[in-house]
Amino acid sequence: MLSMLGQGFGVTLQIFFLTLVGSLPLGVVVALARMSRVKPIAWIMKFYISVMRGTPLMLQMFFIYFAPYYIFGIPLSMESKFSATIVAFIINYAAYFAEIYRSGIQSIPRGQYEAAEVLGYSRLQTFMKIVLPQVIKRILPAMGNEIITLVKDTSLAFAIGVAEMFSTAKALVASQVSMLPFVFAAVFYWVFNFVVEVVLGRVEKKMGYYHD
Amino acid sequence: MPEDNVLVKLEHGKKSFGDVAVLKDISLEVRKGEVVAIIGPSGGGKSTLLRCMTLLETLDAGSLSYGDLSVAEDNGAGHAVYGGKDVMKRAKSRFGLVFQNFNLFPHYSVIKNVTDAPISVQKRPRAEAFERGRELLAKMGLADKEDMVPCELSGGQQQRVAIARALAMDPEVLFFDEPTSALDPELTRDVLKVIRDLAAERMTMVIVTHEMTFARDVADRIIFMDDGLVVEEGRAVDVINNPQQERTRAFLSQYQQG
Repeated sequence: MLSMLGQGFGVTLQIFFLTLVGSLPLGVVVALARMSRVKPIAWIMKFYISVMRGTPLMLQMFFIYFAPYYIFGIPLSMESKFSATIVAFIINYAAYFAEIYRSGIQSIPRGQYEAAEVLGYSRLQTFMKIVLPQVIKRILPAMGNEIITLVKDTSLAFAIGVAEMFSTAKALVASQVSMLPFVFAAVFYWVFNFVVEVVLGRVEKKMGYYHD
Repeated sequence: MPEDNVLVKLEHGKKSFGDVAVLKDISLEVRKGEVVAIIGPSGGGKSTLLRCMTLLETLDAGSLSYGDLSVAEDNGAGHAVYGGKDVMKRAKSRFGLVFQNFNLFPHYSVIKNVTDAPISVQKRPRAEAFERGRELLAKMGLADKEDMVPCELSGGQQQRVAIARALAMDPEVLFFDEPTSALDPELTRDVLKVIRDLAAERMTMVIVTHEMTFARDVADRIIFMDDGLVVEEGRAVDVINNPQQERTRAFLSQYQQG
């Protein structure tokens, strides 16, 4: 039973890490576009964020899974379930991350930009060297919330038929007529999140050498 | 050339925010080695003037040049036309600015605050930048603070780091925007001493300040601004001790009472 749950956990881990790898940088792009001085770009991003946050992730997953078939007539496969899950998670989480980034970027005092400008830093240098490091420190607690939610949200892939840990546990519960697999799955999720908390705590401590 | 030693020249500068004319018609020259103090009531346009000269704001009309480098020119139709990116970049290398609120980079150590721009903007060798940075920190009385971060320092120390940061770029002229307004009186003294030392070395400086005694003692020239205009301008001692304009007298009398 544990080895089967372990396999499911492997898939859960894949969803988790692939989502982060895609959505953390995509969120930066979305946040910057959301704050763009070109109004139409900002409006489009506002709409995108609104849809992503305003509709269920599960529904988005189904939409992305079935859209290729209904729009282009591409046949669906087991692999496409997994791909659809990843795509849906990435674009959904990018929207949430973008709003967290935006809150962080907008909290940096004007004086920081002005000091950098007078010293001759380019816009890119100002963002990468002065703004971003301070933003990361400020948004860490909010990011922690979102990342922990992501660990649990991976279980939504169950609905589309991806064999991640929750799906495996559910199957085991049915075949063994025992609630134990659920208990183990819960422990897995919790331990995983405990590790996430420890890592985030370390990062926070590392950035605690200054306050502003 | 007769104007060889003019480092900054602003002619007929005008600036409005919406309907409010903040700078009405300001002309100002700063010569090499000169210390100019700008005084006047809040809302009189002092800070806006400084922000226009340091390119944080753009003039609506008028012309601005740094030595032989023309930054903005009046197009004849009452509009200031600014130079391109390259001109702005070159202009920025000629001046430094010290802010009221220091605006140090909180995530950088003291030495990194002072050396990062020389290294990553001016592309100076690291060793040279560090040597110069340490030299400046020593001059500011902060030799033992280089590994600290700004939040571990007092306001007066932070402001002295900010002065070192500006000086590390080797500016021709250094602007101060009310450098001691955010400081307690005792901390003010240390910062003013540093500025006095710089004046003694003939560093060219333009200082917006509310410290009248300091302005009188340190500045060669004082400009009294009110309502977007230069009301009175002259030798520091003359303006403070013997103001000619009624508005200057009224303004200065507030300080004598205190």
